[in-house]
Amino acid sequence: MSKAPYEPPTQSVIGQIVDAVLMLALVLVTLYLPLLLGLAGGGTTTKTFENPTWQALGQNAAMASQWEKLGFDPAKAAEIIGKRFDYEFSWIALAITAVVIVGYFVGMLRWSDKEYRDVIAEHFDDKPGSGRSGGA
Amino acid sequence: MVDISNTPGAVAPSSASSPTRVALKRVLGPAHVWGLGVGIVLVGEFMGWNFAVGKGGAIAALTACWLAGILYTCVAMIDSEVTSTVAAAGGQYAQAKHIIGPLAAFNVGLYLVMAYTMLEVSNAIVTGDLIQAFAANMGLEGEVDKRAYMVLTIVFLSWLNYRGVLATLTLNYIITAIAFAAIIALFVAVNPLTPGTVVMHDQLLTGLPYGGLGILAAMHFGLWFYLGIEGTTQAAEEVRSPARSLPLGTLTGIMTLLIAATITWYIGSGLMPWEYLGQAVTPLYDAARLTGSKPLEVFLFVGTLFATLASANGCINDASRAWFAMGRDRYMPVWFGGVHPTYRTPFRSIVFFVPIAILFAISTPLDQTITLSILSGLLGYTIMAISVIVFRKKWPLDSIARGYIHPLHPLPAILLLTLCAITYVAVFLGYGTQLLAMMVFYIVASVWFALHRYKYCRRGEQFTMPWPKPRGY
Repeated sequence: MSKAPYEPPTQSVIGQIVDAVLMLALVLVTLYLPLLLGLAGGGTTTKTFENPTWQALGQNAAMASQWEKLGFDPAKAAEIIGKRFDYEFSWIALAITAVVIVGYFVGMLRWSDKEYRDVIAEHFDDKPGSGRSGGA
Repeated sequence: MVDISNTPGAVAPSSASSPTRVALKRVLGPAHVWGLGVGIVLVGEFMGWNFAVGKGGAIAALTACWLAGILYTCVAMIDSEVTSTVAAAGGQYAQAKHIIGPLAAFNVGLYLVMAYTMLEVSNAIVTGDLIQAFAANMGLEGEVDKRAYMVLTIVFLSWLNYRGVLATLTLNYIITAIAFAAIIALFVAVNPLTPGTVVMHDQLLTGLPYGGLGILAAMHFGLWFYLGIEGTTQAAEEVRSPARSLPLGTLTGIMTLLIAATITWYIGSGLMPWEYLGQAVTPLYDAARLTGSKPLEVFLFVGTLFATLASANGCINDASRAWFAMGRDRYMPVWFGGVHPTYRTPFRSIVFFVPIAILFAISTPLDQTITLSILSGLLGYTIMAISVIVFRKKWPLDSIARGYIHPLHPLPAILLLTLCAITYVAVFLGYGTQLLAMMVFYIVASVWFALHRYKYCRRGEQFTMPWPKPRGY
C-alpha cells in the first residue's frame, strides 16, 4: 500500500516575512559586513617611493608616455605601481579552506540525496519504472 | 497574450493555493537566447577582466582568459544538454531539483541569485564611475555624483523588467549588438595588422611579475570574461523551442565571447602598462582615450554604458526568475512565486532585490562585488559538473529524449571539475577571507533550509518532468 503524500503546513504571512528578512540578514551579516569592516578583500603589500621617477618605478619610455596620456605623473602612478598582491600563504589556511569547500559539497549532496529519495518515492508512488507526466 | 494553463510552473498571483496556474509567456527565439547570454557577459570585456592582469600580469591574464574559455566551453556543452532536456524557469535550479535533490537545488538557486545580483551591482558601479569619468574628460562643469547613477541604473532596469520580458530582452539584443560593434571598432582603430603603430605589446608586455603563481591567481578574474553565459537557461520556460533555441543560442554565445575576450586582451595589453590596466574600472574606455580619437572615445563610452546596462538588465531578469522559481516551489516564501496579473512577470522577486543591489553598489569596491559574483558562479559550475555525471547515470541516453547530447562525456565534466578546483585556489590567493565568508553564507543557508524551510515544501510535486523513474531509486 502506498504512503499518503506529505502535506506541508501552511506558512503564515508573518512566517513568510520572517523568512524573507532572515535571508536578507544572512546576506548582510556574512557578505556585506566583512566588506564594510574591511575584513575581506585583496591581501596586498604597498611599496612607497621617495621622489619617484618613471625610471625608479621601472617604467620605460612607452609606459611613461601612456601613463601621462592617462593623466598620471610619477608621484600619482607610484601609488598604483607600489601596490602588489601578497601571495604568501599558510598551507594550514589552504587546507582548512579546502576541507570547508569539500565538506560543504559532500554534506549537501548526501542530504540532498536523502530528500530526493522521498521526492522520487512519493512522485512515482513506489511503482518501479513508472512515470507520471507533468509539464515543467 | 495571455496563456493560462494547468502547467505546474507558475503560481497565480492571487493566491499560492489557487487552482488557476499562470505560465510565463513563450515568446523568445535563439537570437533572444544569444542576446540574453552575451548581453549579460559582454560587459566582462568592458570591465573586470583586467583585474586578472593585476593578479598576475598581462601574459598571465591571457593564459587565464583561454583557460577560462575552456572552462566555459565545458559549461556551455553540459548546460546545453541538460537545459534542452529540463526546460523550466530557473535553469540550473530546476535541473538540480530534478537530478540531485532539494537541498542542492536550493543552493543552486541561491548561487544564481547571488551571482547575478552581484553582477548587476558591479554593472551599476561601473555605470556610475564611467559617467563620472566621461563628464570629467569632456570638461563638463560641476561634480557628478556617481552614486546617483548607480541607483538610477538599478531602479530603472528593475522597472523595465517589472513591465515585461519581451520588451527587455529585445532591448538587450539591440544594445548588445551596439556594444559588440564598439569593441570591433576599437580593434580596427588600433591597427592590429601593423603592430607598433598604436598598440605596443613589444614595449608594454613585461612577462610574469608574480611568476607562475600569477597565472594561477589570474584564473580568479579570468572567469569574468565569460561569467553569466549560462544565464541563457534562466528563460527556458519563455523560449518557443527550447531543444533547438537553447543549445544554438548558448553555443553561438560562447563562440562570440571567445573571440571578444581575445580581442579585448589584445587591445588592453597593447595600450596600457600592466599596473594601470590591472586596476582600471573602465579599461576599454581608457584604451579608446589612449588612441586620441574623440569619436572613438564617445563610441566606447556608449559601448561600455550599453554593455553594463544590457548586463544589468539580463541579471535582473535571471536573478528574479531563479528567486521566483524558488518561491513557486516553496523553497522561499510562496509570496515570491507571484506573477503580475497584467505584465506576467515575477514582479515581487524583481522588487525584493532592489534595496540589496543599491546598498552594495553605493558602498562596496568593484573587485569585491565581482569576486562575490565569481564565487557564486564557481560553486554553480562545480555542481553542474557533478550534476551531468549523475544525470547520465540516473537517465542513460536511451532512457529519455534529449534536445542535445554533448560529446566525449565524461571528459567535459572532469575537465570542468579540475578547472573549478584550480579557480578555488586562485580566489584563495589574495581573496581567501572572502572565499570563506561566502562558504559560511551557503553553509548557514543550507542548515536553515534543511532544518526549517524544507518542511513547507511538497515532496512528489517537486518532480515535474515526464521521465521514467531514475535508475537506482
